[in-house]
This record gives sequence, structure tokens and C-alpha cells, in this order.
Amino acid sequence: MSGQRNRLPEGGRIDRNRVLGFSFDGKRYQGVHGDSLASALLANGVRLVGRSFKYHRPRGIVTAGVEEPNALVTLHDDGRREPNTPVTTVELYDSLRAESQNRWPSLAFDVSAVNGLLGPVFSAGFYYKTFMGPRKKSWMFYEPFIRRAAGLGRGTREPDPDRYEKMQAFCDLLVIGAGPAGISAALSAGRAGARVILVDQQAVIGGALLDRPVGAPSDDWLQGAMTELESLDNVEVLTRTTAFGVYDGNVVGLIERVADHMPAPEAHGVRQRYWTVRPQQLVLASGAIERPLVFGNNDLPGVMLASAVRSYLNRQAVLPGKRAVVFTNNDSAYATAMELARAGAQVTLVDPRATVADALQRGLSDAGVELLAGRVVSTAHGRQAVRSIDLGAYDQASGGCETVERQIACDLLCVSGGWSPSLHLHSHLGARPVYDERLAAFLPGPAVPGQRGAGAFEGRFALADCVSSGSAAGLAAAKACGHEGGAPLSAPDVESDAWQTPLLPLWEVPEPAQAKHGKKFVDQQNDVTAKDVAQAHREGYVSVEHLKRYTTLGMATDQGKTANVNALAIMAALRGEAIDRVGTTTFRPPYSGVAIGALTGPEVGREFKPIRRTAMHDWHEANGAVFTEAGPWLRPWYYPKPGEGVDAAYEREAAEVRKSVGIVDVSTLGKIEVQGPDAAEFLNRVYVNGFGKLAVGKARYGLMLRDDGIVMDDGTTTRLSEHHYFMTTTTANAGKVMSYLEFLLQTAWPELKVHVTSATEQWAGIAVAGPRARDLLQAMIGDIDLSNEALPFMGVAEGHAGDIPVRLFRISFSGELAYEINTPSDYGEALWQACVEAGKPLDLALYGTEALGALRIEKGHVAGPELDGRTTLDDLGLERMASTKKPYVGSVLKRREGLVDASRPKLVGLIPEDKSVRLRAGAILCDADKIPSGHGRGHVTSVTYSPALGHWIGLGLLTGGPNRHGELVNAVNALKDETIPVRVTSPHFFDPKGERMYA
Amino acid sequence: MLRITCPYCGARDHSEFLYGGDATLVRPEPGCDDMEVWYDFVFLRDNPRGRHREYWQHVQGCRQWLVVERDTLTHEIFSVEPARAPKKAPVLTGVAAK
Repeated sequence: MSGQRNRLPEGGRIDRNRVLGFSFDGKRYQGVHGDSLASALLANGVRLVGRSFKYHRPRGIVTAGVEEPNALVTLHDDGRREPNTPVTTVELYDSLRAESQNRWPSLAFDVSAVNGLLGPVFSAGFYYKTFMGPRKKSWMFYEPFIRRAAGLGRGTREPDPDRYEKMQAFCDLLVIGAGPAGISAALSAGRAGARVILVDQQAVIGGALLDRPVGAPSDDWLQGAMTELESLDNVEVLTRTTAFGVYDGNVVGLIERVADHMPAPEAHGVRQRYWTVRPQQLVLASGAIERPLVFGNNDLPGVMLASAVRSYLNRQAVLPGKRAVVFTNNDSAYATAMELARAGAQVTLVDPRATVADALQRGLSDAGVELLAGRVVSTAHGRQAVRSIDLGAYDQASGGCETVERQIACDLLCVSGGWSPSLHLHSHLGARPVYDERLAAFLPGPAVPGQRGAGAFEGRFALADCVSSGSAAGLAAAKACGHEGGAPLSAPDVESDAWQTPLLPLWEVPEPAQAKHGKKFVDQQNDVTAKDVAQAHREGYVSVEHLKRYTTLGMATDQGKTANVNALAIMAALRGEAIDRVGTTTFRPPYSGVAIGALTGPEVGREFKPIRRTAMHDWHEANGAVFTEAGPWLRPWYYPKPGEGVDAAYEREAAEVRKSVGIVDVSTLGKIEVQGPDAAEFLNRVYVNGFGKLAVGKARYGLMLRDDGIVMDDGTTTRLSEHHYFMTTTTANAGKVMSYLEFLLQTAWPELKVHVTSATEQWAGIAVAGPRARDLLQAMIGDIDLSNEALPFMGVAEGHAGDIPVRLFRISFSGELAYEINTPSDYGEALWQACVEAGKPLDLALYGTEALGALRIEKGHVAGPELDGRTTLDDLGLERMASTKKPYVGSVLKRREGLVDASRPKLVGLIPEDKSVRLRAGAILCDADKIPSGHGRGHVTSVTYSPALGHWIGLGLLTGGPNRHGELVNAVNALKDETIPVRVTSPHFFDPKGERMYA
Repeated sequence: MLRITCPYCGARDHSEFLYGGDATLVRPEPGCDDMEVWYDFVFLRDNPRGRHREYWQHVQGCRQWLVVERDTLTHEIFSVEPARAPKKAPVLTGVAAK
């Protein structure tokens, strides 16, 4: 126990034999198992834990929970570095290292504390008023400096070494908060047979029961409840788990801190687990948070919430001060005063209420506590910690305090200004809290369907009420899920702790006129004082939402959990209105800080999104292909020979295809089976060209528009039988087209007897292209007549390559004599290998998407860069394909004025005037005699080096394009500062008559 | 997270579904050549506060298009039915109703 001078020799819920070493700002301390970092610091007499945000005032530990505004530290100094962590939420472990924040050069001597002397300057809105300035950019200039000076902790720039995982869960009832109310709800519902999940943010369940002295009758009750909960198979208890948000349908997000109470996660273990729970019913038993009181220098280290002091005393046997003043306007802090006195402190209780119940007075005098009723603490004094207070008589009628009666020396000041139920989760779905005059607190408003409240969350602070309301909520929720029965739970046999004297609202303690007083903080985390609230009010910020944004009140890591109600009550007083008319600010998730890593879960790096691989992927990989992403697909980009980069590789691959023959993996194309007696009619409606008269065994290139007349997608569709078509789509639009076809069939034309089925995964596809394509297939396929007469362009046949079943389509994207071979996916790799084997004597080329693109650009075929969701058939020179004899999707709206405007950019070919120059996609096309401006007259869509022509070529969209062949325009790339004169041509650069294709 | 009870698959997260927009609109007949009618159908949408009928497709399930009646303010879902055979006739809005 060396050094733990505030640790009591006995008591507490700790294991004194398990000593844990830790360091704070490099100095070594000892704590014990059962400590939080906060209790361990207090046990060691460490009071100064941080510097405040704006004024750099000394700050200590105020609370014992997640609501802590002041005591934020940075944990770890590697990739696990975690700034802005409240010491009150950190379970102590051996070798823990914590650093204080927002101080330089050290916590005790902080240079910026001079800001405190400049208080009047740093008032509400100071930064905005001063640095926004008349010049627009001044805030942008100053902001980084301001953020550095007035900062929270710094995060790490290293990758997070930890793993996170996600859990999906379903249950009848989710109970949030495992204090007496939540435990009662879970136990009652569990006994009735409901599937229950009970969550609590602390390491052990019990909530406020654990703040009572060890050995109280409530301990037996808790122990019994824990044993029974554990015995119920239908109840799951998650500790160290925060419910951070409630979403539509009462879906709840939880963060389970699996390993934050250890130096590092276990090997192969996770640090945190992100749960998405979908309960039928929700019981909110999230308790209440005690409010501080607003008086001069109420932020001094040593000023703590009374309930927090009680918690440290009874849980960790820490007595934070020997000479304590308890300042309270309600009954709840009396227990703290008595227990402090019993633990050996000299205690004075100051209460603004003129009279308090006899039982409380007796209790105080039995414990030896001095009671000063009808008094207030008007100011605290001290430099780095509280040393004394000013005591004044409180005039309840006027709400004033005339004079300072005397000073009382103290080293601990416990405060209680009443309690605010934790309504955050209740409000996430939009419920509005209702103000209750009696408790001076906001209570839950009308319940959201499927939600119930219990215990202190509903303003029921007495233990017996917590148990009965929790039990009732649990039984009702179980019943709503069809689990009847179960009896109400009985409360622990303890002396009643119901409040006997009404709370006296005291939002801002009055200042005696002649006294020297300090700043009265409303929001300690953001250094917002009562004066700032008054100033905001004077300047016209009368809405609480504006007050929040102007003063930053209620922002940052604690989200004003201890500050908000005091602030809006002060605002209400200034406005002369009732508190319920002022209202609260909106609560939004998360309730407390959530690590981004937990939200991301395992979806990082290669696991960021699913990857689709074709049936031949492993072969490509083994044979040196370089891959490119095409949506979720990985496709071979090029197959480099030794020393080749992408340019050399694709230029070679494209040239080899035109010279002999090449194969490319086209398995990623979307494939859709269209079947049914109305299949022809359906395709006639969705394609701009006719499919009704397509002969069985023939393929046709088809184009689809959107309803608004813009081109959506293209592909080839084959008629396999009278009522069976096989459609292909582009790789990128496969999913979209499929959903759209289903939409039309299910919503617009349910009378059509057609079924569509995606077959993309079922078929592997290889395109075979080049003058010797027929020779290659001849060597592989014995049972199909490949002659031009038997299998002409756009013909389809079925047969076998050895044992491999194939479907052969004579279609061409490259402009060469070409085929696409489809085979069931399981045969994909075997078929690919058969092609490679048969191609050896033919100098078979393997080509990837880059050469595929080069070949199609040479032919002037449009693809993704041209079908960009803005182009019409006419823009692409494809209007002639559209049927004039039938309506089709988009056939009316494509005639819109804007879409038939003659000045629309239309498809052209582009050749650089200087043949040695490279073209760039995205360049703006500008008239040669004009200075480039705006969007020019169109843009370059696709470019490639053309091995067939020996120079760069491009496709582009140019105003008046088809009429401007032969003209010279400029391709302007402002990013590269390039202006390249290009000659406008037909987009069909290579073999314009298509003689090779039909060969 | 919206929970949509697919009539075929049961209650599922909305992340399994694709949103398809306003289900109160009636698509013009394929032969309709009136540009105004098509214009209204494609471009004009109400943005109601409260109950609204909208299309959702259960893309990661049965792939059926559904009509979901949902409160746009509270996100409460009142009914889910197959779009192919909705019990309630769609409410005509816009020019299609004229």
C-alpha cells in the first residue's frame, strides 16, 4: 500500500493482494485489482489530472463514470495510442501508462494558464469574433493554431494493431443498464422464459448497488440475482458493454470492450466487439447522472460529485479527503456525508434548504456530521486544489446570498445539484423529454413503441422503486413477446432511501456582493461559465441549440452529460421562462466515444470489400497476369513478358491479336437467362432494337435506354430457343440491369410471362479474336462446323472442346474474326488451358483489359467512358439501331428538347496532328481558333496507342462532331498544361468496312 | 436500421434491400406516346411527410420487388406486400391522376 495514502486499510470491493503498477505522466504509482485509473490516482493523492480546454485551469476528477468532463488522458504511446479517455472509465491493469493532455511543458506548470488571466477576452464566441475577421480566409489561417493551443489529445498516425469483430444478435428483450432496475427487468423476463440480453458498461453488474457499503443487505440481493441470471440459459449478460445508440425498429448498437482492461488483447483475440442487436422489446434502465452545482471556482480539483465520492469510498476504499464539505440541495448526498464521517473524515454538510427531515438530521448527528442548513457554498478557494470555501446564508425567498458568514477549510468538496436521468438512448428515435418540476429533471416523454423505462431513468431514485419498476417492465416486455407468467421481484431489505424533503432547485449559486469570487463553470470540459451563458443570451442566442453552438456548451467527448440541464435552466431564468419551454438539445448517437476501429470491424485492407474472381483466376495469377479492379471483379489487366510495363505489354498483346489470334477472359460480363412465352415481347420493350424476329441460334447486339431516354447499357442477346434468350450486359452494369428487368416484370408488366435469372456466376467466358481464331477453334472443337457458311457472323452453336461442353457465339468486340466461348464455370480453367495448348503452334496471345480496350477503340466501339449516363443513342452515332416501329423503354423521353439539340457533343475519332504525341482521356475539346474556356465543345473519352496505326488515337464527344471530320481542334488538358491539336475523324479507325470481322 | 418483413423471407435488415422509390406512381402503358405523361412519371415526385408507399427489392434475399408502406417521419413500417400483386391499388398522383 506504499504511497496509497488515501486508501483505507479495509473495506471496498478490491483485492489488496493483487497490486498493480502504473504510471501517470511518467511517474510510477501502485493501485490494486478493482481500481479504476481514477480511483488509483485518488488513492495515491493525485488530484491534478488535466488542464482545461480554453483557460488551461487545473482540473481533477469530478465523477466516477462515463460523464467525466475533466480527467481525460492519453493511454499507450504506440499504434494503440488512445487520446481523450476519461480516467473514470479505465479499469486499472498492471503496467498501464497514462499521459495528461493539454498542458505544456508540464501539468503543474502550464504556460498557457495565463489564458485564465485573460478571462474576459476569451468569452463566448471569442474565437469566431476575433479570427473570422473581415477577410473570409482568416479563420482558415488561424484555425490550426487555435486548435493546437486549445486542444484535446492527439491520436496516433500508426496503423491500429488490434483486431475488431462484429456480432449480429436477436432476442426478445434487451435491457440496457444492469443496476437494480435493469437486473430486476432481466430476471423477471428471464424467469418468464423470454430470451434476454442484459448489458452494462461496467465490469460487473450492480450499478448503484455497488456504491453502497460492502456488506449491506443489498449485496446479498445482488449476489442472489447474479447467481440466478447465470443459471438461466435464456439470459445473456454482457458486461464492459456500452449501448451507444438506438436506431429504427429499436435496433441497438453495442460496443463490448473485450480487452481494454488488459495491456493488450490476447493472442488472436479481439480488442472490441461491435454488436448489432435486434430485440423485440427494449427496457431502458440507464440510470441517472448527478449534476454539479454552479458556484465560484467550482472546477477546482477536489470538487467532486457526491455520488462519485461515495462510489470511490465504497467500491475502492478511497477517501479522497480528510476534511470534507458536502454541498447539496437534495437528500441523495446525505448518505455520502455519513459514510465519509464513518470512514474517518471530518464532514460538514451545507444545504440551502432551511429544514431537512428529522431522520436525516438524526443520521448526520449520529455519524458526527455538522449540518449547516439554509446555507450555500458561494465560492471555493485554492490554487491547484480546493483549500477552503465561503459559506453564506441563503435566502430562499429572494434566491440571494447577502454576505459571507465564514470560511471553512476543506480538502474535499462533494456537490450534488440533483439528478438527470440518462435519456440519451430514449431520445435517439426522436422522443422528447418532459420536464418534471418536483425532481427538477427531464424525464422520458411518451414511450417509443417497444420501449419501456425503469428505475432512475424514469426518475425513480429509491431502491425499492427501482426493483418494482424494473420487474414490472421486464414482465410486460416478456408478455409482449408471448412469455406470460413470472412474479414481481421483491426488493432488498434495506432502510428506505426515498427522498423525504423536496429538492430545492439551485441552478446558479448567488454571489455575496462584497466577496471575491471566481469563475462559475457550467460546462467544465468546454470551459463555459454562467457568464458565457448570460453573454450568449444578451447577444440574442435564445434557443438552446444556438446557445450550444455559440458557446460550445455540451460538445466534445462528454457531450455535456453533467452540464446541459444546468445550462438550460440558467438560460430559462435569463429568458424569464419555465425550463420546459426552453427545452433540451437533441441527443444523437453515440452515447459515449466509440473507436472507429470497432465500427469498421474486420473490414480493413483486403477484407474491405468482397472480391470476385473468375473461374480462370488462379491460372492468370500463376502465369504472371497483372490484375485490375472492375467493380468487385479482379480481371487480368495485362500479361507482361520480362521487362514489360503496362504500355509495352498491351501494345504487344493488341498487335499479336491482329496478327494471329489471342484470348481474353470475359467471364465477368453480366449474363441473364430470359425465359417464357413473352420473352420476345419483353426484350422488344427493353431494347431499342427489335428482338422478336431474331432467328433461333442467332445473336444480336442490343442497346437499352433508361426511362429518361439516356443510354443505360449494351450487350449481345442470343435466341437459344423460341422462348429462351440469353442476354449479356457490361461487367459494370450487370447488377443494375438485372434489378431493373425484375422491376419492370414485377411492378410494371406483371402480365408478361417471363422469368429472368442471373447466370453470370454459372458461365465462364473466353473471347477468341484474330485472323487465326477459326484455326484455333478448329484444333479444339470437333463437333461444330466452323465454316463461314455454317457459323456466320452473329451465329451461335453448341458442341464440345474435347470433353468440355461449349457454347460458341460468333461475335466480335475487337473487329477481328472472333468468337466467344462459354462453358459452365467449373470447366472454365480447363477450357482456358485447352485454348493455350491448342494455340501454341499459332503464337496465341493472352491479352488483358488494356489490350481489349485498345482493340475496341481502334474499331470505334463505345464502352463505359462513352456510356457515361449522359449520352443518347444519337450522341453515340447509334440512332440508326433504334426501331421506329415499336415503343421501348425511353423511346418517348429521348425526344426531349435537350436530348435532340443539334449542339450536343457527338462521337468522333481523334488523331493527334503530331503523330508522336500521346493523347489523354478527359482532355477538353476546344475550337482551334478560340481560347479554351468553360467546358469547351466536348471532351476526350477514351484513348489508346494504336499498334495497328502506329500512333495514339482517341474517341471523344464533340459538338457537331459527325459534320466536322477533317477539322482541327485542340485537346486541352489543364492539369498537365497541355494543348494538343487533334484532327477530327470517323471513330472507325481500323477496318471500317468490317471485312476482317466477317471473314 | 429499418427492419422490413419480407412476405417471403421474414424480417430482415434494410441493408439487404435495394430502394426503388415512389410506388404510388403508375407507369404509363408501353404504347403511351404522350411526352407530358412520361415526364411526370419519370421526374415528378412528391416528398410526403408521413405515410408513403415505396418500392424496395429484397436483392440479397428472394429478389422480389415489394411495396413497403412507411412513415417517412418516424420510419414506422405499416405493411409490406409483393409489388406483383399489391392488395391496395396504387394511389394515383401527379399528371397520371388527372
